[in-house]
Amino acid sequence: MTRISLRVNSVDHDIEVEPRHSLADALRDRCGLTGTHLGCEHGVCGACTVLVGDEPVRACLMFAVQADGRAVRTVEGLDDDGAFNALQQAFHEQHALQCGYCTPGMLMLATWLVERGTPVSDDELREVMSSNLCRCTGYRNILRAVRSVLDGAGS
Amino acid sequence: MKPAPFEYVIAESWDAAAALLAEHGDDAVILAGGQSLVPVMNFRLAQPAVLVDVNPVADGAYLRIDADRLRVGALTRHVRFEAPQVGGPLGALFPRVARHIAHLPIRMRGTFGGSLAHADPASEWCTLARTFDAVMVARSVRGDRRIDASDYFQAALVNDLADDEVLREIELPALGPDWACGFAEFNRRAGDFAIVQSVAAFELHDGRIVDARIGIGGAAEVPWRADTAEAVLAGAIPSASLFEEAGAAAAESVGELMTDRQASAEMRRDLVRVMVSRALEDALAAGVER
Ligand SMILES: Cc1cc2nc3c(=O)[nH]c(=O)nc-3n(C[C@H](O)[C@H](O)[C@H](O)COP(=O)(O)OP(=O)(O)OC[C@H]3O[C@@H](n4cnc5c(N)ncnc54)[C@H](O)[C@@H]3O)c2cc1C
Ligand code: FES
Ligand code: FES
Repeated sequence: MTRISLRVNSVDHDIEVEPRHSLADALRDRCGLTGTHLGCEHGVCGACTVLVGDEPVRACLMFAVQADGRAVRTVEGLDDDGAFNALQQAFHEQHALQCGYCTPGMLMLATWLVERGTPVSDDELREVMSSNLCRCTGYRNILRAVRSVLDGAGS
Repeated sequence: MKPAPFEYVIAESWDAAAALLAEHGDDAVILAGGQSLVPVMNFRLAQPAVLVDVNPVADGAYLRIDADRLRVGALTRHVRFEAPQVGGPLGALFPRVARHIAHLPIRMRGTFGGSLAHADPASEWCTLARTFDAVMVARSVRGDRRIDASDYFQAALVNDLADDEVLREIELPALGPDWACGFAEFNRRAGDFAIVQSVAAFELHDGRIVDARIGIGGAAEVPWRADTAEAVLAGAIPSASLFEEAGAAAAESVGELMTDRQASAEMRRDLVRVMVSRALEDALAAGVER
């Protein structure tokens, strides 16, 4: 066991992990933050996407020990004091989820895109979001939700 | 889908990584971006006893032109190649190739050196390295060893690196302004590994091709240079029919084609024909643009 410290959504977590524990497992099992989902555990689906520093990372492909001392953001950190933030509200309004399994990963990837603050063409939006799989909604609503926030953030 | 236990050690320099590999022998493997190794470990197809994390290696990520060589640090992430980093025809080719690798978050982690070390038959960077006769620079406690691309790729996922060697730099030729470079790839969904891909380049003098490179990936177990197709181009004036002829020559020249559930050997042969001529068209278009 190795002792590491993760700063998750601005809260410090001093936890013990084995080197073989993925960041996703550490977040779920050691920090008790089960919002980060695991779909495939081999990098294909993106359900486990979190932000490490400022970058979207597949948390099934990073070992928790590699994130020692880093700031991590997960879906639990998105809300504004219990209310949906703009992206969550847009997902709600645009019907961008059904079962919700992919949603945490979609939201974190979209958070990165929105916060990047550079113009995003429709092609680029499709390209970036194509990283993550959704088996329910058919993507259009997801793109529409992210687009509405990108346009709002730009105005 | 959890990896087997291992010991985790950090290397902050290539020498430190080489020393750790020498100490642990074939029990140890390098961890770079983890975008190929960790899936393989999660499936327990690999169960290394020691993982040497080279992400903290200082100055491991760079792209620079040094006289007639273009040097790429093994830790340079794929995403770095999406924005123009260096000038010249090869610099202009990089973004067009990089965007075919996986998806953006994977490109933000995965490294150029990791792709070459993993040696997937359909790796864009492996095909590019083979096309331009890259030199792989491997560090061990014995010092640096330079490996030519023609010797480096041995079989699918097998390269010439010894157990105690770490890949630290890849050298490419810094192509002059008369070169035009192109790329084409076929897969079924954006972000998937290629079924067949081709890198093609030629040097033009007074409207004639004086030198040409054609590389093919995904078709066989290792990336391949189609010298018979290169010979078709030598001395000729670029045209659609010439490019088709070169594609046909390349398709004939590829030896052991792979068959898998994605595509039969015959389909791959036909894709080689089409991808080579499309890569040449792409090169011509890129050359005209400049
Ligand atoms: C969903 C998905 C889709 C993908 N699609 C593509 C694609 O279309 N095209 C493509 O090319 N790749 C694709 N990849 C793989 C990706 O490009 C990886 O980044 C790359 O293959 C390996 O680079 P890495 O830095 O992640 O290496 P790692 O995964 O860390 O390592 C891979 C192997 O190389 C060894 N290694 C790494 N660095 C060194 C070094 N410096 N010296 C010696 N050995 C080393 C490791 O020990 C390991 O055996 C995909 C990956 C995923 C998860
Ligand atoms: S669970 Fe990480 S990419 Fe699917
Ligand atoms: S909402 Fe069910 S997988 Fe996306």
